Amino acid sequence: MRKYIIKRILISILVLLGVSIILYTVARSVPGDYVTNITAGNQNITPEMEAQMREQYGLDKGLVEGYVDWLVDALHGDFGTSFVYQRPVAQVIKEYMAPTLALSGIALTLEVILAIPFGIWAARKQYSMTDYTIVAIALMGISLPSFFFASILRIVFSIKLGWLPISGMLTARMNYQGFDLFLDYARHFVLPIVVFVITGVGSMLRYVRTNMLEVLSADYVRTARAKGLPEHKVIYKHAFRNTLIPIVTLIGGMIPALFSGAVITEGIFSLEGLGNVALKAVYNGDIPYLMGFNMFIAVLTLLGTLVADVLYAVVDPRVRY
Amino acid sequence: MSDNKELLERNLKEQDEFEKNQVIMTPGQLIAKRFFRNKLACFGLGVIIVMVLFCAIGPIISPYGEYEIFYFDVNTNAEVRMDKVSGNPNLGVLVKAPISASHWLGTDADGRDVLTRLMYGGRISLTVGLVVVGIELVIGILLGGIAGYYGGAVDMIIMRLCEIFYCLPFVPIMLILSSLFVGYGISPQKKIYFIMIVMGVLYWASVARNVRAQILSLREMEYMQAAESTGIKTWRKILKHLVPNTIPIIILIATMDIGSVILTESVLSFLGVGIAWPYASWGNMANVVTDSIILKNYPNIWAPPSLLILFTVLAFNFIGDGMRDAFDPRMKR
Repeated sequence: MRKYIIKRILISILVLLGVSIILYTVARSVPGDYVTNITAGNQNITPEMEAQMREQYGLDKGLVEGYVDWLVDALHGDFGTSFVYQRPVAQVIKEYMAPTLALSGIALTLEVILAIPFGIWAARKQYSMTDYTIVAIALMGISLPSFFFASILRIVFSIKLGWLPISGMLTARMNYQGFDLFLDYARHFVLPIVVFVITGVGSMLRYVRTNMLEVLSADYVRTARAKGLPEHKVIYKHAFRNTLIPIVTLIGGMIPALFSGAVITEGIFSLEGLGNVALKAVYNGDIPYLMGFNMFIAVLTLLGTLVADVLYAVVDPRVRY
Repeated sequence: MSDNKELLERNLKEQDEFEKNQVIMTPGQLIAKRFFRNKLACFGLGVIIVMVLFCAIGPIISPYGEYEIFYFDVNTNAEVRMDKVSGNPNLGVLVKAPISASHWLGTDADGRDVLTRLMYGGRISLTVGLVVVGIELVIGILLGGIAGYYGGAVDMIIMRLCEIFYCLPFVPIMLILSSLFVGYGISPQKKIYFIMIVMGVLYWASVARNVRAQILSLREMEYMQAAESTGIKTWRKILKHLVPNTIPIIILIATMDIGSVILTESVLSFLGVGIAWPYASWGNMANVVTDSIILKNYPNIWAPPSLLILFTVLAFNFIGDGMRDAFDPRMKR
């Protein structure tokens, strides 16, 4: 087991190296870098000043040299200074992490809570009206463009009914304290979380349903039925436990999708999280932040799959490495 | 003795009759039967057929062009078409016209017929879906097949490549690449192709993974030993004996992915990096929901493209689900 984990971690480092090379190449090959962006239209900037600024930002070096510099710094734990925020990238990420984690964490939990019981319910009644209704609603959720769904929610709940704030994280000029502050945050997070959950729960529910169907047609379930166990015991003791195994791996694999989704949802609702900062970074050519953010996601992705694989062996004693 | 003979004859006759009445189905027929039992899947198939007809035949029937802008005469309020504009000084653009006999869904914020653009947009959206899935399938099947068949170092390298592509965050990459397109002055016509290629290249990893897993188990089957003993070429073995047996899972992935690509294209259009003006796609037409005035007052502009996306993606998902259940003989119950 330990040998397996060590091997996986070594492989992950290789993968991260590959990811960083691709990301750096893509980020650097954009014509018009950060310096061009901030100096555009400013008549007082001479070419010499521009060159000097480039040197300061490390943009004067070639692709390979720049990458090696970045890599060496990154290995020392220094991910550079964000061009836009003028602070170390690690600090910027730490600062803006809370909203993103809250958003995706709560959404993921809600998805699990919704997907598992409804998925099992649909599987138990395959080809029935219940099954069709649950699957149709779940799939409608994943077939909606998230920006469209968000706009509809905003027009209904914020503009027409006025129940919830339209965007942002805090009500301006209210200076809430303590519990009121928490409530204010919560009110701003309701719509983004709803968008997240509705547009995401379908894939997990479908997965639960398929696995449950597979398990329900297994021999040991038939045996359990044949020996006359009550139905709920068959479902929850024999079938459900075995569907848990693949679900564990699914949750590990959902992390990158969560963060990608966060970029769009945070952008729509202008929440000050990692995704929104990343959007700004793309528009401004803030290479250090983009590299830091994308590598952060890559590390989380690899970590997620690794943890899922290890958990797989924990929940299923048949699996050995 | 004669009794016995009679019994035997009767038995034979009964057996013949039984066999005559027995309907023998090929595996394909069995799959089709299971597929059409699923009502949602049938509904999905119907929706897709309607959509394809709408986009393929619609533009031929429609009297208007994709980019045609409509004007109206300020004095008479009569509608003027684009080719009759020259020389008339008192014309205004017919923007956001309501639903009428000549414009069934009105006109959009630029004065173009919404229904006609929906048809052309559907062509683009469906084509993008098909082409992206085509690209990812070609790369995925090839690399997945090679990795699964050869194993060892080749497998190791290809699977690590898979993981690398898995770790690339899609949205930020697309955003960066699109500024690349803008920076190098790529025209909207060419940009469509670039977007399709990039999406295909970013999506192949999951196809390769699934194909590889399938081939790993197929490789150990007895019929592969038989193929081996005939001494045919490796390429023939992979393409003729292994890949065809992975077709169920490939069809499944393809169906599901066409839907998700159409959806992704719409999100990209929303972020301003998808299919660009003057081309219509359902994604960039639905994009107008960001304009709060249109969102509040002109549902005839934003609702149709959004609903078409919803129904198309939903239909592909239903078909995919139905196929998964149909292909899997264990799901018989």
